[in-house]
Amino acid sequence: MTSSPPMRRGLLGRRVVLVDGVRTPFGRARDDGLYAGTRADDLAVACVRELLHRNPNLPPERVGEVAIAATTQQGDQGLTLGRTVAMLAGLPQEVPGYAVDRMCAGALTATTQVAAQIAVGAVDVAIAGGVEHMGRHPLGGGADPNPRFVAEGLVDSDALVMGATAENLHDGDARLTRERADRYGVASQERYAAALAAGRIDRDLVAVGVRDQGAWTLATADEPPRPGTTLEGVRDLPTPFRPGGRVTAATSSPLTDGATACLLAAQDVAAELGLAARARLVSFAYAGVDPAVMGLGPVPATRRALELAGLGIDDIGAIEVNEAFAVQVLAFLDAFGLDDADPRVNPDGGAIAVGHPLAASGVRLAIQLARRFEDDPSIRYGLTTMCVGLGQGATVVWENPHHPAYDGERTSGEHLASAGATPTTPEVQL
Amino acid sequence: MSTTGVLVRDVDLPTADALRGGGTLALLTLDNGADHTRPTTLSPETVAELEQVLLAQRERASRGQIAALAVTGKPYVFAAGADLKRVTEVTSRDQALALGRGGHAAYRLLRELGVPTFAFVNGVALGGGLELALACDYRTVAGSVRALGLPETSLGLVPGWGGATLLPRLIGVEAALDVILTRAAATKPLSAHEADLLGVVDVMLDPADFLARSVAWAASVVRGDTVVARRAPEPEDSFRAVVDAARTRLDAVVGTSRPAPHRALALVEQTRDLGLDEAYALEDEALADLVMTHEMRASVYAFGLVTGAKRPVGAPPAELARPVRRVGVVGAGLMAAQIALLVARRLKVPVVMRDLDSERCAAGLAHVRAEVDKAVHRGRLTTARAARVLGSITATTNLADLAGCDLVIEAVTERLDLKKHVFAELEPIVGPDAVLATNTSALSVTAMAADLDHPERVVGLHFFNPVAAMPLVEVIRAERTDEPALATAYAVTKALGKNAVGSADRPGFIVNRLLVLLLGRIVGAVERGTPVEVADRACDVLGLPMPPFQLFDLVGPAVGLHVLTSLREELGEAFPRSPGLERIVADGVPVVGPPPAPGLPRRPLPDVQAAFDAARDPATPQQPLDEAGVLDDVLVALTTEIGRMLDEGVVTTPSQIDTAMILGAGWPFHLGGITPYLDRTGYSERVLGRRLLPDGVASLPE
Repeated sequence: MTSSPPMRRGLLGRRVVLVDGVRTPFGRARDDGLYAGTRADDLAVACVRELLHRNPNLPPERVGEVAIAATTQQGDQGLTLGRTVAMLAGLPQEVPGYAVDRMCAGALTATTQVAAQIAVGAVDVAIAGGVEHMGRHPLGGGADPNPRFVAEGLVDSDALVMGATAENLHDGDARLTRERADRYGVASQERYAAALAAGRIDRDLVAVGVRDQGAWTLATADEPPRPGTTLEGVRDLPTPFRPGGRVTAATSSPLTDGATACLLAAQDVAAELGLAARARLVSFAYAGVDPAVMGLGPVPATRRALELAGLGIDDIGAIEVNEAFAVQVLAFLDAFGLDDADPRVNPDGGAIAVGHPLAASGVRLAIQLARRFEDDPSIRYGLTTMCVGLGQGATVVWENPHHPAYDGERTSGEHLASAGATPTTPEVQL
Repeated sequence: MSTTGVLVRDVDLPTADALRGGGTLALLTLDNGADHTRPTTLSPETVAELEQVLLAQRERASRGQIAALAVTGKPYVFAAGADLKRVTEVTSRDQALALGRGGHAAYRLLRELGVPTFAFVNGVALGGGLELALACDYRTVAGSVRALGLPETSLGLVPGWGGATLLPRLIGVEAALDVILTRAAATKPLSAHEADLLGVVDVMLDPADFLARSVAWAASVVRGDTVVARRAPEPEDSFRAVVDAARTRLDAVVGTSRPAPHRALALVEQTRDLGLDEAYALEDEALADLVMTHEMRASVYAFGLVTGAKRPVGAPPAELARPVRRVGVVGAGLMAAQIALLVARRLKVPVVMRDLDSERCAAGLAHVRAEVDKAVHRGRLTTARAARVLGSITATTNLADLAGCDLVIEAVTERLDLKKHVFAELEPIVGPDAVLATNTSALSVTAMAADLDHPERVVGLHFFNPVAAMPLVEVIRAERTDEPALATAYAVTKALGKNAVGSADRPGFIVNRLLVLLLGRIVGAVERGTPVEVADRACDVLGLPMPPFQLFDLVGPAVGLHVLTSLREELGEAFPRSPGLERIVADGVPVVGPPPAPGLPRRPLPDVQAAFDAARDPATPQQPLDEAGVLDDVLVALTTEIGRMLDEGVVTTPSQIDTAMILGAGWPFHLGGITPYLDRTGYSERVLGRRLLPDGVASLPE
């Protein structure tokens, strides 16, 4: 480890809370998928509208910023999404907005960015979200990578093919077997199915009007999950990213269309407006790693975020890690000494089952974590983390406002940690 | 156009706190597979398909498989009404009767489905489209919808798929008659907001998530969480009073000119206390009667003329038009200022007005500013757009400031020498490709261009007053006008949001020639001893927008007299001399009194009769006519003149005349403009020995 800044507990400035979050049902990115006939921006609009409907106490003009992420910002994902989505959603024209891109961590970056704006007092309330219509905008579509990347060996040629980077992860550690990955992928499907049956999925969804071959209908359920997936059923699936490889469709997140949005506010403003506090943002961090093994990104990002929060992994009672690939989750679990079946990690399944609309996924993690906070007040802290193409990781540490020890009165000024508060971050060899 | 299909999908109804679990809603979408520029219409096949779909859904409802049913449309369109083309293909009363019965058979199922039914009005809902929504138990509307209406009476029909019966019950007879009669006649459909206020719809929802919110609202109705109150039946006496007042008004405004409005009123009156079986039977009879009228056929023909986005007859290929990036207007008088404002608003290019002195320039700019302020005040123009418009109009006394203009429109006093002088002065100033247009209403464009080096660039653009409101521009091709100049004139007219009708360079062009002929025949009859009052009422049966003396008053007696005189000089004695009219102009005799009520005709004052009597030339033979005699004289004259116009090549088709008279003079749909009426009354056969339009085009086939 390199030298650390002085320890402190979380962000400086005003306390920021997650008030609410919603997502569209996710659709398969295919010509006959749920959203084949629906515009990407309309998906984001549906989420923002739903936030306003669910929070009638919020005067729309109090929204101070709208940040919406997309990885491919062109066509119906172009034209400064945050601004256009705000206008299309009927927010007053005085409400500003911007677009965000950090590939898969787009919505997560939108969230932390507006949180920072709130923390420094620039705005009181903000909307953050993301959208990816991968059916219309495949990852890397229209991109023109600089030839120097390859000519100068800046990155491995695998770095732009996410499945290939997942294969590289398998290569790097003998513990990361296909069998473990298959088992994890199947578990994700099972956990999602159980959560759906228990009603823990629907609560976050907004119904979206869509056209199916001219006919209007309503999207109310996720399309990507494959219930009934068994280990036997996936054992012999082909490995599209490498002959004789280990990564299959069952251990990868499917190509997905979908959008998410969440509402954040300064804690005191939320209280003033009568808005709920579903999670408090404690700290966040982004970190870079070798693009050829981009799946390792969550490890240093999480270490850094925990360090900023003055917490250790053992303080974390709930983890939502994005399942771009099963192997990338396993690498994260190994790094922190967690069991593959640790109940703290993705108990309701993850992106392998529900899908991963790139720049939208970060907020899905946050709202799913917030639901867990609500359902289990004994959890004090949680974290959301994800890997990012071209070798990045992103992590946010959250506090559960329902926990008995939560200090709902304090509105600002995280103080520097006292001498006794030593971080318990485990040493991990990357 | 592909026919409209009825597509069905099952949708989950939410519960009070969950996305699903509230049962199944069968969601019907009307879709013709085309975009919003081709609105969905309801053909007999579509209606039959709807009936089959509803029967199947009723069966599902009876088995408890659906909890509700809703109908919506493709984006921006709910349904634009019955397929009019198919209505005009009906050749027998039995077929017409079947048309009404078919609609009722399908729509009635929406009341008898066994589960609540909803219309999610996501876009335009007109005629049979709105009636489809009315047939449902409940209605939501998207806040963006601009047109909900029952325009049937303007097309010679009645709202005969339930509208005449259901709308009064839903919103009260007074509001219903406003929709069915007044707004139909004025082509003013309801906005979503107005429909919501009146109770035509039950709730207005934001367009951004309209379908999802409509489904949620429907679910709350199904659950019983939302209860919609319906109005109690109207007391007999107030109902009667409203109907009587409406009838009085129709008698005055419509008279016997066309049957549809009175028939619609009678339906509203008769169906008040009836069950749906009897009420719908009356609607079927009314529809069948009206479908088999010339008035209805002529109305649909007229509707097609004014709504068709067809290229005007005789317009050169649009790609020949020259770009117009700067426009000059010579003159800063009332007409010039109106034209300058229109150009600035619609073409969004700099406009330079030129007049002789700075006072006139200032007056022209003041007029522009006053009009812009008015538009801002009425919410028709944002302050930002107003600033742009005002900033783009300048005035000058120096003709040389028109140097960079691609188009110069002159609107100076109607004197040939003046206009020739203007063009002669302009020619060395403007570029070689600049188009010179004249707004003359009576002078020869050919003569105006005669002495120029490039007469081929001169064209007529005849605007009507008030410029902002009148939808017609007559585009005049002079003898030497070339194709690019003409194409530019048509392109500019289109860009200004006006309809162009082409005309050869003949006196009075189209509209003024026929309108002034009619006025001339009326005063001619008075000169020959017909009482003013009789002459003024003679044309009432035609249902023109106003009686002749009121029209004289509107255009100004002096202007009317001037045009009448010049047309007589050019076109002969069909345009009679009228010493009485000369006296009225000379003495400034007020022509008409105030209307008995707003919108009712204004009739001549007694002084008008006195002026005619005092000024009458004793040599004029006295042959007083009754109303029928005057009307006959007018129709013979119109027929004769139209025959001459076609012979002279003023226009190449009678339909151009009809389009011009509808848009330029407000002549009514039920006359089809004018030529369908002359055909069906036998005047064209009698006077010209031939029909003007083929049998069946704008009339019931023989």
